[in-house]
Amino acid sequence: MSPVIKKKGEKFTLPGKYLLFILTILCSAMMLVTFGTDVFNRPLNVVVGYVVIPFQQGIGKVGEWLSNRSEELVQIRELLDENARLKEEVAALTEENTLLQQDKYELNKLRELFLLDEQYSQYNKVGARIIGRDSGNWYSAFIIDKGENDGLALDMNVIAEGGLVGRITSLGPNWSKVTSIISDNSNVSAMTLSTEDNMTVSGDLKMMAEGCITFKQLMDGQDMVREGDKVVTSDISDKFLPNILIGYISSIDKDANNLTKSGQIVPAVDFEHLGEVLVITDRKKTADPVPE
Amino acid sequence: MLRKVVSAILIIIFFVLQCSVFDSLAFAGIVPNLMIILTSSFGFMCGEREGLLIGFFCGLLNDIFFGSFLGFYALLLMYIGYVNGKFSKIFYPEDIRLPLALIIVSDLSYGIICYILTFMLRGKFQFTYYFIHVILPEALYTIVVTLLLYPLVLNVNKKLEAWEKRRAQKFV
Repeated sequence: MSPVIKKKGEKFTLPGKYLLFILTILCSAMMLVTFGTDVFNRPLNVVVGYVVIPFQQGIGKVGEWLSNRSEELVQIRELLDENARLKEEVAALTEENTLLQQDKYELNKLRELFLLDEQYSQYNKVGARIIGRDSGNWYSAFIIDKGENDGLALDMNVIAEGGLVGRITSLGPNWSKVTSIISDNSNVSAMTLSTEDNMTVSGDLKMMAEGCITFKQLMDGQDMVREGDKVVTSDISDKFLPNILIGYISSIDKDANNLTKSGQIVPAVDFEHLGEVLVITDRKKTADPVPE
Repeated sequence: MLRKVVSAILIIIFFVLQCSVFDSLAFAGIVPNLMIILTSSFGFMCGEREGLLIGFFCGLLNDIFFGSFLGFYALLLMYIGYVNGKFSKIFYPEDIRLPLALIIVSDLSYGIICYILTFMLRGKFQFTYYFIHVILPEALYTIVVTLLLYPLVLNVNKKLEAWEKRRAQKFV
């Protein structure tokens, strides 16, 4: 028996093709409207925030509960494992600590050199946990478990491990979407720390597998920029705070026009293994549009 | 009514699974497309109307969380559900080949349309690269996951149909 046969006596249902037609128009209208504005985003973000986010947090909780139970059952093995892991972690942290100290030393030196008075330590930060990742394979975005209720707002910068992760591009009361800088649709205005040459850093799906991002339009008239140079967010970016570390240049090529250069950057953040991120609650001050 | 509630719960579960659990099961950074599995299986199991509605809501959820504007994925998945619904006349629950073929074709066309509309139009023309590294692996992984999840969806639908039949008899 085919399931499309309608039973008699049931109330009137709209045939599929008319429904398809109506919803097509609705979708097209929504696309047109939301392409420029975000009128629907507010209510919808609030609704899904209360419907879907609890599930996502719940999955995290369930995972935690399950691991607690299994921990009780195989506690000894678990503890042994944990001991081994902690030892590894201590080793890793010691190494990281030395690196950080080196970095700090370098930072102090650079700070003196460049008189950078704006540093991350002065920014107010909020920790957040990643509870979901982009459902497709084309772009790289993730959902964090804090939103407007925690004082977050659109375009706030997100960092982790001392490097730039991305910025908030959409948010609800208890969740926000962070578009990462390795995403194919992301562009960041950046500069080299040593020579302050500006460039555009873009994510690239092709490079994502290798863990790289690309830069282009680097004006480097004196050929001063070298591989290994630090790249930070530039002062002229209108979304990103200045001097947040993006990564290190790994290769430079001269463009065909002989004026600009492009190449690849290794990001400072390991995007594969992100668990917690820090959201900087200070926002870049931009010149307000002239009031009429 | 029960069907609507169950469908809504299924959509949310599949979406949450895709964002959280399957993300940690990703092979080489590729995650399977559970939304396609849900949309097309409801399409060929229950007809075009059901398929397009499920597709619409799956896509809308995706749009709200990850889309840069609303309606794109909703439109795409809706049409996929509708086209799959056209095959409900030749669908038999015992036969697994038609569902597998439909899901793989749906996922491939989903990938290709996504590529054309969001990548090619931005000047990224290396179709073969994206096909080999994103579209094809996603389709294959989706098929593997389908083998695990499809019996579940089929069972849920069977239970729903049985419930609806009982209810209809009660009223006669």
